[in-house]
Amino acid sequence: MLKRLAFSLALLAAPAAAQPVDDVTTFTLDNGLDVVVLEDHRAPVVVHMVWYRVGAADEEPGVSGIAHYLEHLMFKGTDDLEPGEFSRVVAAQGGSDNAFTGPDYTAYFQRVAADRLGLMMEMEADRMRDLQLDDRDIATELRVVQEERNQRIENDPSALFSEQRDAAQYLNHPYGRPVIGWMDEVESLSLEDAVSFYERFYAPNNAIVIVAGDVAPDEVRALAEEHYGPLEPTADLPERRRPQEPPQLAERRLTYEDPRVAQPYLVRTYLAPERDAGEQETAAALTLLAEILGGGQTSELATRLQFGTGEALNVGAFYNGTAYDDTTFGLAVVPAPGTSLEEAEAALDRELASFVEEGVDAEQLERIKTQIRADEIYDRDSVRSLADRYGRALTSGLTMEDVAAWPDILQAVTGEEIVAAAREVLNRDRAVTGYLTGPGTAPDEPVADAPTPASAPMPDGPASQEVTP
Amino acid sequence: MIRAALAALLLLAAPALAEVEVQEVTSPGGIDAWLVEDHSIPFTALEIRFVPGAALDRAGKRGAVNLMAGLLEEGTGDLDAQGFAAARDALAAGFGYDASDDAVSVSARFLTENRDAAVDLLRRSLVEPAFTQEAVDRVRDQVLSIIASEATDPGAVARKTWDAKAHPDHPYGRPIVGTRDSVTGLTRDDIVQAHRDTLVRAGLHVSAVGDITPEALGTLLDELLGDLPAASEAPMPGDAGWSIAPSVEVVEFDIPQSVILFGHEGIERDDEDFFPAYLLTHIFGGGGFESRLMEEVRVERGLTYGIAAYLAPREYAEALLGQAASANDTAAELVDVVRAEWGRIAEGVTEEELEEAKTYLTGAYPLRFDGNANIAQILVAMQMDGLSPDYIDTRNDRIEAITRDDIARVAEELYRPEDLSFVVVGQPEGLQPTN
Repeated sequence: MLKRLAFSLALLAAPAAAQPVDDVTTFTLDNGLDVVVLEDHRAPVVVHMVWYRVGAADEEPGVSGIAHYLEHLMFKGTDDLEPGEFSRVVAAQGGSDNAFTGPDYTAYFQRVAADRLGLMMEMEADRMRDLQLDDRDIATELRVVQEERNQRIENDPSALFSEQRDAAQYLNHPYGRPVIGWMDEVESLSLEDAVSFYERFYAPNNAIVIVAGDVAPDEVRALAEEHYGPLEPTADLPERRRPQEPPQLAERRLTYEDPRVAQPYLVRTYLAPERDAGEQETAAALTLLAEILGGGQTSELATRLQFGTGEALNVGAFYNGTAYDDTTFGLAVVPAPGTSLEEAEAALDRELASFVEEGVDAEQLERIKTQIRADEIYDRDSVRSLADRYGRALTSGLTMEDVAAWPDILQAVTGEEIVAAAREVLNRDRAVTGYLTGPGTAPDEPVADAPTPASAPMPDGPASQEVTP
Repeated sequence: MIRAALAALLLLAAPALAEVEVQEVTSPGGIDAWLVEDHSIPFTALEIRFVPGAALDRAGKRGAVNLMAGLLEEGTGDLDAQGFAAARDALAAGFGYDASDDAVSVSARFLTENRDAAVDLLRRSLVEPAFTQEAVDRVRDQVLSIIASEATDPGAVARKTWDAKAHPDHPYGRPIVGTRDSVTGLTRDDIVQAHRDTLVRAGLHVSAVGDITPEALGTLLDELLGDLPAASEAPMPGDAGWSIAPSVEVVEFDIPQSVILFGHEGIERDDEDFFPAYLLTHIFGGGGFESRLMEEVRVERGLTYGIAAYLAPREYAEALLGQAASANDTAAELVDVVRAEWGRIAEGVTEEELEEAKTYLTGAYPLRFDGNANIAQILVAMQMDGLSPDYIDTRNDRIEAITRDDIARVAEELYRPEDLSFVVVGQPEGLQPTN
């Protein structure tokens, strides 16, 4: 099967399988900084990450994009480092560094030779408390962020479509706002906005340091105490409580038409529970449901709509349970030539209803579970992605115990529980259905004959709501 | 305090050595591969390249090799597409198939406990693909959808425009996916021929990393690849040439941000000046925040989110390319800055820039070798570049040996502002096209 972003050895979307627990060590410094150490001694390399428990969903209304803008400004110098010096020093060690912002987290990382860990900690600890910004630097950087938004969103109709769907999905919760921010609000972000966000949220007791690679836990603890230990915690960290969604009582629908769309498709997202600390069973069932419905050639929707009736060119299902608040379960259908979006949606609903009646194919479920177990082996090949997994979980309100328990919880899910989760969540009254179309795409016109149009032939789930500097 | 400490560290940033031991393995049947044994995780990463790839598309059949590669996982023998996927998933193996002009690529990973069965399944997909008419038609529709989408994707339009100008009479000049007409016209016979033309033992490169011994790898190679034909039936492609006259071409597109490609002809991978050229181009437009282009275009002026330049030595043509994107009202300014910087880099670099680049490149190199999958990809890429395994141990020395005089000489030859071309897709304000 061909997809634009074809090659994917990742057989599962995001099963968040944990590494065997014996390679993981955690501790907390007196100032509240949590530290996670993931050992991998195969190469003399270390990844050092700082995850802040703050993201775009923690922004006040009116300053959307401030979390991400601040992430850019974190490279602009401190009382001890010139603007740009942080990255120059990392590069001088042969290392690479970057950062990214999501709805629930902001993370900074460096990848360096293992013996340079102390220097990385020294610099990260410095900018955790002593950021120093200059007016000219920040004005130029604001233009950079606007160009980033142009590149990621404004130039890409499927990204604009995704943004519109999220806004329709969340009436009240800040997940409805784009992480990078709405353009007109981004344009007017100020130094004061950035500084107040920084002072409010950047503190050792609101951060998690993750060190992955060729290191020993004792050595990491000593370095962390030396560099991060002296930082004062913030006494009055704001409680992390966002406005929640009111009950959704009516189906929501939208059609986004854009002359740049060559391949129409539809996406349906349902409001769905996320993984909660100590209570991950429903999220586990939904994780497996996404695999069963849309994970590859043998999934239910591929079997029914691609190989069966031929109404779809491509299908997909996505669910990311690692979120602080209620998340979404999504389905996508790219209609085959000759099938309209309306027909494709009717076919989707028909097959969902049929699946819920017929239940889960036991062999398919077993294959998926086999792959999840295998991923626990494959995942050990990249400590960076393991570190990511811990970072995402721990900034989403989960604990180390939850991360450790997750693989077993996935293995224990039954077909009946998956169907029950499907019945609960796949309710159109709690969903947004979106059509992405080009102008004048007549309902029955074969796709290949459509006038112009375009974008990703296969929406691989929600355009990752994550942006980097 | 910090700066003092840093200064000390900058001096002693002696790079670690990459700790990989490459074994050259030849199977009983005569198939060569590179192996790094590492038994700490019970799986193996395998990379295979068939060289060349889609550049072997026959006349009028552009897109055949790409479609063929997409069909390798769509069934073999009594397994249809879904049966194949189910068998692969039940083994928890991962197979990836891809095509570029220079190679058809196969990437695989499999658990040690399932190795034999996984390799047999992979073999069947490579040696005995079914290419059923149903699968050909279904995947063809997927490709046609991609072709339609690329027609309105500014990045794809920019690349297509550039390639067509650079290599009008060569497969490099036309998108690998083919055109709507060429792909619509492909028959099952064309797919079978594309398979016969590309999946052969001549031009084969293989690397394996992980939980496998040289003996086991030798057996695996013969089982997996021994039944493929020895050589291709297709005529080998010729040199792609270089046909862009210095120019600024604007492709009108209704988008808020212009996508910009720029560059001119580059340098061959085996040219003795490749190393200085590589270092020089890193200083000019390498990844990260430190390059001259990032400094001048992004950090100083805020004209873009990202800008890079790089050497692209391919099998049949060599390019020195750059790309960026900028709002329509600043795209012309970005073009001016790139021109100015192109002229400035032609005059060479400072001693400080040279030392910083050496420190970075020599320090970063060993860090690449982490993880079975990463190492396997590096090893197969080295083979495609015609390098030997000892390159890993000598590469940093060759970087260290480069002098400012080397750089100055190569800079003047390689960077030629008068030859620079731009392709701009968007609605750039105040940018004068030259043709």
